[in-house]
Order: sequence, then C-alpha cells, then structure tokens
Amino acid sequence: MDFLTLIQVLDSTVRMATPLLLACLAGLYSERAGIFDIGLEGKMLAAAFFSAAVAAITGSVWMGLLAGVGASLILSGLHGLASVTFRGNQLISGVAINFLAAGLTVLIAQDWFHQGGRTPSLDGAARFGAIELPFAIGPADAEAAGRPLSQLLAEASPLQQFYSELISGQVILVYLTFLFVPLTAWILFGTRFGLRLRAVGENPAAVDTAGVSVTGLRYAAVAICGILCGVAGAQLATAEPAAGFIKDMSAGRGFIALAALIFAKWRPWHAMWACLLFGLFQALELRPDVLEAMVGLKVQAQLLGALPYVMTVVILAGFVGKAVPPKAGGEPYVKER
Amino acid sequence: MEKMPKWADIILIPLISLILAALLSALVILATGEDPIEAVKLMVSGALGSTYGWGYTLYYATNFLFTGLAVAVAFHARMFNIGGEGQAMLGGLGVALICLYIPWPHWSLALLGAAAGAAVFGAAWAAIPAYLQAKRGSHIVITTIMFNFIAAALLNYVLVNLLRPDGSMDPATARFPTTVHLPTLHDILAPLGISFSKAAPANVSFLVAVAACFIVWLLIWRTRLGYEIRAYGHSEQGARYAGISPVKITMIAMLISGALAGMMATNNVMGEAERLVLNSTEGAGFIGIAVALMGRSHPFGVFLAALLFGFLYQGGAELALWTKIPRELIVVIQALVILFTGALDNMVRMPLEKLFMALRKRKA
Repeated sequence: MDFLTLIQVLDSTVRMATPLLLACLAGLYSERAGIFDIGLEGKMLAAAFFSAAVAAITGSVWMGLLAGVGASLILSGLHGLASVTFRGNQLISGVAINFLAAGLTVLIAQDWFHQGGRTPSLDGAARFGAIELPFAIGPADAEAAGRPLSQLLAEASPLQQFYSELISGQVILVYLTFLFVPLTAWILFGTRFGLRLRAVGENPAAVDTAGVSVTGLRYAAVAICGILCGVAGAQLATAEPAAGFIKDMSAGRGFIALAALIFAKWRPWHAMWACLLFGLFQALELRPDVLEAMVGLKVQAQLLGALPYVMTVVILAGFVGKAVPPKAGGEPYVKER
Repeated sequence: MEKMPKWADIILIPLISLILAALLSALVILATGEDPIEAVKLMVSGALGSTYGWGYTLYYATNFLFTGLAVAVAFHARMFNIGGEGQAMLGGLGVALICLYIPWPHWSLALLGAAAGAAVFGAAWAAIPAYLQAKRGSHIVITTIMFNFIAAALLNYVLVNLLRPDGSMDPATARFPTTVHLPTLHDILAPLGISFSKAAPANVSFLVAVAACFIVWLLIWRTRLGYEIRAYGHSEQGARYAGISPVKITMIAMLISGALAGMMATNNVMGEAERLVLNSTEGAGFIGIAVALMGRSHPFGVFLAALLFGFLYQGGAELALWTKIPRELIVVIQALVILFTGALDNMVRMPLEKLFMALRKRKA
C-alpha cells in the first residue's frame, strides 16, 4: 500500500467522521446538561430529509441546511417538552423520536416526490461542493494539464499529496465541524454558560439554589443539540459525494455517535478522536483491499462494522478505564420536594 | 391519599393517550390527501374482515406478544430492555440450529426444543448487558442498543459465511425439514369444523405466546420471585434493605426478558419463514416497547396491545397495497403511541389528576 492510498483512506475517514462528530458533539451538550439523548439518530435522519428536500425544491443548499436544522430543532423541542417540562422518561422519548423520524421522512418523501422515499438527486448549488484551497492540486489543474487528476496526484510530493487530497477538497461543513471542537471545549470549560451547563448535569439543585434556571439551561442544551444534529443530517444528504436523501440513510450513525460519546467519556477533544477512529472503520469497510494489506488477512466487513459497538461495550464495562456519565443524567429535575 | 381512582390510571390514561395518537395519525393521513375514515375502514376490513386478515393479524400479534412481554418483565424491575430486537435475532439462530441439526420425529417435540433453544440464545444475549449492569454499573439501555447492532453483524456473518447452503447466494439457512413445520391455525381449526384461511401464517406458536402471557402473570403477581422483582422495581434501596439481592434480580429479570424476546423466533422463523433469513425480526423487538408501554406492563394489557399492533400491521399493509399511504405510516403510529403512553405520560396525567382532585374537593 502506498502513501497516496493511505491519504485517500484518511480523506474518506474525515468525510465519514464529520456527521458522527457533529452528532457526537450534539449529544455532548445534551448529556452534559443531564438530558440523555438516544434520539440523535432520528434528528439526523429528519434533518437529512428536510435539507435534501428543501434544497431540491429551492435549488439552494443553504435553504436546505436551514430547513434541516429547523426539523431537527422541532424534534429537539419535543424531546425537551417530554424530558424537561413533563419530566418523562428521556430514553423512551428518544426511542419515540427515532421512530417518528424514520416513519415521517419516508411518508413525506413519498407524498412530495413519489420516488419511493427518496428526494430527487441534487446538483450544482443544491448541494455542498468541495472547496479547493490555494496551491492544492484539484480538478482545475487536471483540466489545465489535460491529464487525469489521479495521475497528477501520484506524481506529486508526499506533502503535496497530503495537502491536496486530505486538507484541501473538503466540503465547508467539514472544516466548520472540526473548528467546532475547540470552540466546544472553550464553551464548556472556559465560559460561565459552560460551567453552568456542566453543573446542571451533575447537580441541578445546586444550580437552582444559585438562582439559575435549570429548565432554561436544559432547554438551551437540547436546542444546541438540535442545531448540531441538523447540520449533521444536512452533511449526510447534501454534501458531496451525497446527492439527496434515501430512506433510513442515517443507518445507525446516531448510535455510533452515541458510542463515540461514551468512548470519549463526554469530552470534546476525545470525541473528535473517537469519531475519527469510528470514521476510519467506516472508511475501511469501503476499502477491503486496503484493510487486507494493513492487517495481513481478510477481515469480514460485517464484523468491522460492529467494532465501534463492541469497543463501546468494553469501555462501558470499565475494563479499560471507566466511563462515568454526568451524575444527574436521565433524571428529571423536580424543584420542590 | 391517591390522586385519582385506579380505573382512571389503568384505563383512562392509556385510552386518552391512544386517542391522541390516533388523532395525530389521522392528521398525517389527511395531509397525504387521503380520507382517514376510509383508511380505517380499509384497515378493519383488511385485517379483521376475513380469516386471511385475521391470520396475519394474529401472526404479527404473536411476535409482539413475545417482545412486549420481554420489555414488560424488564420494566417491572425498572430496566429498559431496548435489546429485544437483538435477542430475537439470536433466538432465531437458536431455532435454526435446533431445527436444522437435530432430526426431530414430530413437530410438537421440535417446537419444545426450538422454544428452549430460542429462549437460551435470547437469554444469553441479554445476559451480558445484564451482568455488566449488575456488576459494573454499565447502563443497560446503552449496552442493549449496542448489542442489537452487534447481533445484526454477527447474524450477517453467520448467515453469509457459516450457515448458507453451498451454491446459494441468499444470506439465509437451508429450509427446515418438513417434520418441523408447525401447524397453522388452518390445520388446527379444520378438525373442529372451522374453516380458516390456508395462506395466512398464524400458527400454533400463537397459543404458546398466550400461554407465556399467563405464565408471566403467574410469575410477576403470584410468586416470591415476582414479588422480589416488583419490589426491586419500586425501590432499589427498599429491596436491598429487605434482603433482596440487586445483582440476582437484575440478572434474573433480564434473562427472562431475553428468553421471551428470543422465543419470538418460534413464530417468525419456525412458523412462518421455515428458515432463518437476514433481518427476520423486522423491528418486532422495538414494537415490544410500544406494546409494553401501552399494556402498562401487565400481561393482559400486553395481550390487548399486541392484538392492536397486529391489527395495525396487517391493516397498514393493506393500506399500502390499496392507497398511496406507505407502510411507514405504522412506524409513525408506533412512535406516537410510544411518545404519548411513555414519554409524555405526565402531559395526560397531570391535568387528569387535577380534575379528579377538584371533583373530590367539591364532593367533600
């Protein structure tokens, strides 16, 4: 396996990791505030559909993104209503949201587009295209030289290959997502809001005593979670190479993000590494030849797909360092006893 | 003092939740440009209007009885077993191995063997999350979710690489021998002079499911173990103080739950498909959640809710056949039922409690 192949695998790793990371950070805000969210999957799916549908109708991917975030926010609001206002079971609410999204997306897709639960395929301004950074070898250079892009890349220096293939040529959401990791770390650990958010997940009574609204903070966390899941869904359906929504397209990514969140023990930087690792697994699933060269024997793709879940169970079991969730997680806060 | 009479808690609240879910579903149907009343008529005639319809309704209901009971038993110990889907998949593997590799002389013996195999495999798949919850404090909801995915991957691997007959491209086992084919309701009712559709898949495992309902009722309300499970579910501290071991109850409740979910395979794998195929469970493990919530975790409630969902499933299939409403409508209804009977329970309960309090005050 040569260097360029490795870079290509890493390139698709980054692409695969992006929706995972967005959903994982979404879960991070919610769970740090004491609201368990197993509805990440459903919110992503709903956002994927509405972003693709609105992008297809309006021809603008940004309108699509807005619609996706809106849909995800509505489901978030439902989750907040159930788990904060009505003090219901957060896990059951999450399950309901997942099914609601799985059913409604197909129902509406069929009603609007009559294509068996799909949206029309997106092109041009209706989807996010790759951004070529300066000095990178891209399709434009290939056209100018009159040779295939792969040939130009193969001849370039390793540094140039790394820059052109991995750093350059990603979709804008990818760059924003990775910038969001330090931002999240700063918000959570460097601001007053972050301190309160973490406190409300550990000891809501103390926050309440300090005169800060537990309800307000939890709704804020749930809303941030909704926005991020919305972007994750939009990335899934409207960013290159994706070209529209297909039925059940989130395909368990919300749960892999949940797994990554536990794997990262609810910390932003670790979440990034966990999502990159799980993204690598997904990328390798698509390239069995590379995997075979790396491990030296044929690995079953199905078993590789189960690896994030197995690793999460091992982490949860506390055999390799213990994952302790926020203390007040899953518990509705009752003001007066 | 109780805030409201018991009948309101058991009947009124689920009923109101159900009506809310039905109203919203009707709105969804309206939005797709169809007539909700026509849709209901079509569903009733499709699911209950013929013995063929009944055969499918009861077939689906059998699946949901097993998975609903599985979730309900775990609920009594205050555990949320989302892993019914994976446990049912593994139960299917148990049934397939027992039907394929043991030469059974008669279906009745095979059914006993297969039920035992399904229960053991399902329970084993629940045992690991249960152990991790009891001993290491890993949250059972998360571990059972993970185990659903692991089960799907494992089954995919086993079917593609180990159990697939030579020369077949299908990721499925060979057909089970005819001696282990279960009698359908047609076969059972024909000697009694009742004619029942021959094509419908409802089979003898429906009776097994009904028996399971009764046994679960006995277990939960008439045995010492059931008392311990309920006590643990009410208050872990109280149970601990009374000398009930949390580890023991967690393990036993989850093993029973997993065994029940696994036994679903006697219906869908042994009774209907007569071989193990990929994704044989078709989400029935998750419907068990809605069934248990609606049935208030009581076996009789679970029985009624399973019948209702059996009806919705068959009726929904008919709808998809004759109108442009896709099958996914059932998933939406299922989500609404889970939402209203589970997560938004207090939304219905709080105003009702206030109403009953006000009524009582006026009387006094």
